[in-house]
Amino acid sequence: MKILTGNDLKTGAVVWWTGVDWSIHVDDAVDAGGEADTVAAREEAARRVNVPYAIEAERIDGKVRPAHIKDRVRALGPTVRPDLTLKPADPDARDWVI
Amino acid sequence: MADTGDSDIGGTSPDDVQLRFREDEPVGHAAVTVDAFLDQSNANAVRVEPGDDARELIPHLQRIALVEVNFPAFGDGRGYSSARILREAGYAGELRAVGDVLVDQLAYMRRCGFDAFAPDAALDPNDVEAALARWPHVYQEAADARQPIWAERHA
Amino acid sequence: MYLYDQYDQAMVDARVEEFRDQARRRLEGKLSEDQFKPLRLMNGLYLQLHAYMLRVAIPYGTLNGRQMRALADIAETYDRGYGHFTTRQNIQYNWIKLEDAADILADLAEVEMHAIQTSGNCIRNISSDHFAGAAADELVDPRPYAELLRQWSSFHPEFSYLPRKFKIAVIASETDRAAMKLHDIGIRIVSNSEGEPGAAFYVGGGMGRTPMIAPCIREFVPLDRLVTYAEACLRVYNRYGRRDNKYKARIKILVHELGAEEYTRQVEEEFAHLLEQGVEPPIAELDRIRTYFADPDFEDGPKSVDRSDPDFALWVERNTVRHKHDAYVSAVISLKPVGGIPGDASAEQMRLMADLAERYSFDELRVMHTQNIVLPHVRIADLHALWSALDEAGLGAPNLDTIEDIIACPGLDYCSLANARSIPVAQRISERFAAKGRTAELGELKLKISGCINACGHHHAGHIGILGVDRKGVENYQLLLGGSEAQDTALAKITGPGFDEDGIVDAVETAAEVYLREREDGERFLDTYRRIGMTPFKEALYG
Repeated sequence: MKILTGNDLKTGAVVWWTGVDWSIHVDDAVDAGGEADTVAAREEAARRVNVPYAIEAERIDGKVRPAHIKDRVRALGPTVRPDLTLKPADPDARDWVI
Repeated sequence: MADTGDSDIGGTSPDDVQLRFREDEPVGHAAVTVDAFLDQSNANAVRVEPGDDARELIPHLQRIALVEVNFPAFGDGRGYSSARILREAGYAGELRAVGDVLVDQLAYMRRCGFDAFAPDAALDPNDVEAALARWPHVYQEAADARQPIWAERHA
Repeated sequence: MYLYDQYDQAMVDARVEEFRDQARRRLEGKLSEDQFKPLRLMNGLYLQLHAYMLRVAIPYGTLNGRQMRALADIAETYDRGYGHFTTRQNIQYNWIKLEDAADILADLAEVEMHAIQTSGNCIRNISSDHFAGAAADELVDPRPYAELLRQWSSFHPEFSYLPRKFKIAVIASETDRAAMKLHDIGIRIVSNSEGEPGAAFYVGGGMGRTPMIAPCIREFVPLDRLVTYAEACLRVYNRYGRRDNKYKARIKILVHELGAEEYTRQVEEEFAHLLEQGVEPPIAELDRIRTYFADPDFEDGPKSVDRSDPDFALWVERNTVRHKHDAYVSAVISLKPVGGIPGDASAEQMRLMADLAERYSFDELRVMHTQNIVLPHVRIADLHALWSALDEAGLGAPNLDTIEDIIACPGLDYCSLANARSIPVAQRISERFAAKGRTAELGELKLKISGCINACGHHHAGHIGILGVDRKGVENYQLLLGGSEAQDTALAKITGPGFDEDGIVDAVETAAEVYLREREDGERFLDTYRRIGMTPFKEALYG
């Protein structure tokens, strides 16, 4: 599926399009399908998100996994600082990225 | 007047000029390309594109009343050098920045010798005022009348 | 060190307000991202993988305790309690909010710091020898010349929209500790046959995807023409540098395509013209700047230390460097603990370094391009006390210029340009060699890792270099050998096909084994490589 991501304009935080809003959790992302470009243009114009773009991802057991490692790093946080990621207590988080 | 059809490339008119920092009457006709200018003896308004070498105009400065320097994209900074080179050579006519000219570039353009601006998109007058009043001092000698900081330090 | 006068302070303050206004216009929608991007970049603000990233300038790597403490405060107030010291002698924060950026710049301005021109297609922060003013082998302190050029290049009206970024380094010794020939302009302060000081200009070096070593285009520019000559170099570049292809826009490509001779001819022509334009500050200005870099009041004292504590002795041996005064040394604080993140320092560590600089080093610190910190002037008598404090804080790693002292860019853990992670590779290599106790045996071995072709990790200049690439969505690492950033500048060569993350660690170990097997007396890794060439390494790696 195609999901939409970008960074929050004010805070820079990585965000994912949920169908109605933006979430910092990649698992909240929805298939933007053919709407990706329209939503991206609208949301950027509204200055809610900076440089949004669509990426390939798949949903496995309810969890969303971006196809490219770069977006998985974005989804989690730096693999070398687990304490600063969204899942500091998850020992498998790093392996999910790689 | 330079009215040869092939050399008129749609330069700006006085109406397009949003900001002008000189008192003389603006040239009322369109500027010609550098190539066209060098080919004909009667033109007095010339348009410098980023790839043009402004130094080619130096032997003819006496008869030029308007130089337009075009910025097709604001990130292409060749026009800053073109302007300064002309001022260094003694050019005293109007030096007009045209094209993708943004308010955050005005102060540097003024320093390089531009004294008229015809931006594609009109600039907010409040932002213009703030931009032109921004720098209390300058670090370099350039094409304006401002004294560099080093000159103030050792006055 | 240099201190701002009313003019410098007024300029930095004006810049803060300019950026505050630009950020406001961006948030209000008056500036598009395309329009705002170059403006924020010229204030060091990037959009990276996780957030905005702010790169703060540390001109020629010099700062004082108060400034280091302000950097710690920023880390805690606006970021997540740490910063990353970079290969351009700057510091980066990884978790910055756009809405805080102007306040951070204002905090920096209070301690005479800024983020001006730490990115963008303009003249960047000027780097220099991290032992400047302390090195036994320097002709003069190079920093006054760097400061003169810093002021000239700040808010330069003609050169703020160059074809591409522009990096200048200034040194003043034969030993090159600043990778001078790998800069757009490298300047070496020299003296001519009459004993007068001047500047040799090396133009058109660089790393990135097309690494080049800068040729010397003029062996001697008198000091009262330094700014004018630099202006001529830049004007020719601004005129002819390519703007059609970002990857061919650096001055190294121009100098290469025109030829050094033709580029030089054009610079000389422009130089002759600019000499008439009065762009050069008077020598009195250089003299004024020089007074800020006068030697501190060095005192005589003991010239040796008690080495009975082996840990201390090892640190002294590895991490201290000869000083021009024989009762002092320059002491290197390693930001490369085994298994750590190269160049990262926590706010507490920054504060400790600030305290130690005030106590033991005339209130001065330096950032090395190798991502360590120097206390430039430490009394030999104070070394044990200094080491004890560092060791207790986890800052006492005795590994300067060893295989544990790895340069690594932030890589794919932080950087939006990266293709592969750099930091984990550095961590695993330092752990591997430390665990096997082989660091000492290998001696000087400079290993440098970049996570993409942009080469922020200087992989081209590593005795061993590693370049991370993306191979069909999987991280892959190429191994390079034989580079040097020192006075014997050389570009490393790729050994062959790349390796996965485990494989690259093994490959580095294999290369180290070839060296240990083949080396002759006194040879460093680089010397052995130069003598025996690539073949024995290739055979061991791929045979």
